[in-house]
Amino acid sequence: MNLRRDVFQAIADPTRRAILMLVTTQSMTAGTIASNFDTARPTVSKHLQILTECELLTAEQSGREIYYHLNAKKMKEIADFIEPFRKMWDDRFNKLEDIMKNYKPKE
Amino acid sequence: MELKTKINAVDGKQELVITRAFDLPLELLFKAYAEPEIVEQWMGTKVLKLENKNHGSYQLETTDPKGNKHGFNGTIHEFVLNEKIIRTFEMSNTPFGVQLEFLEFEKVTDSTSKLTMHVVYKSVEIRDQILKLPFAQGINMAHNRLQEIVNQLK
Repeated sequence: MNLRRDVFQAIADPTRRAILMLVTTQSMTAGTIASNFDTARPTVSKHLQILTECELLTAEQSGREIYYHLNAKKMKEIADFIEPFRKMWDDRFNKLEDIMKNYKPKE
Repeated sequence: MELKTKINAVDGKQELVITRAFDLPLELLFKAYAEPEIVEQWMGTKVLKLENKNHGSYQLETTDPKGNKHGFNGTIHEFVLNEKIIRTFEMSNTPFGVQLEFLEFEKVTDSTSKLTMHVVYKSVEIRDQILKLPFAQGINMAHNRLQEIVNQLK
């Protein structure tokens, strides 16, 4: 059994990011995806496996082929992970703004 | 709606940029960074030391509800009034190490200004860990803030 993979670890790899870019516009088979890279086919398969395990890609059987497509919902989770950090700074800066709006210089 | 505070963190890079538009004149914005009493108010930390000058240093400290003290410190590399602060920042006793911060203060109009904070981390991994921190710390921070308010009532 494979351990559950970290999404952020998954997108840290440039090939995997390139794969995600490729399938943004349309679903593709492993063969089509692999043909876009100089990397050996088994290496691409391994990347696809990792991306599928962490749910960034969804594999769908269509006839004899398996098509990979992007899981937009999971991608959004990645985009959202910065939000608490942004919110933390936003709160701090709002406070700064409030304090300075009421600032009275000392005589 | 346009967000006032924006974070630009490109995948796979060990840096990020925080920008914020302020409804404050440039001089007032800069003062909030220059004067220790004001820094204490908006950062919610105690300022033990703040030498705002070239080659100065600073030390901040917060106390959590259990009474544990958390230190933050850094060195001020360059301090140019109403223009920029270049400094390092470190959370004591954490594995994150030192980060380098370039703060640029700009006038937009007579009553508005902009801050650009460019932060460089030791590695991509450390940057991503720090970005994810508020998830875990959000609750603790809310407690700290509450404790501070309660302490002031005593």
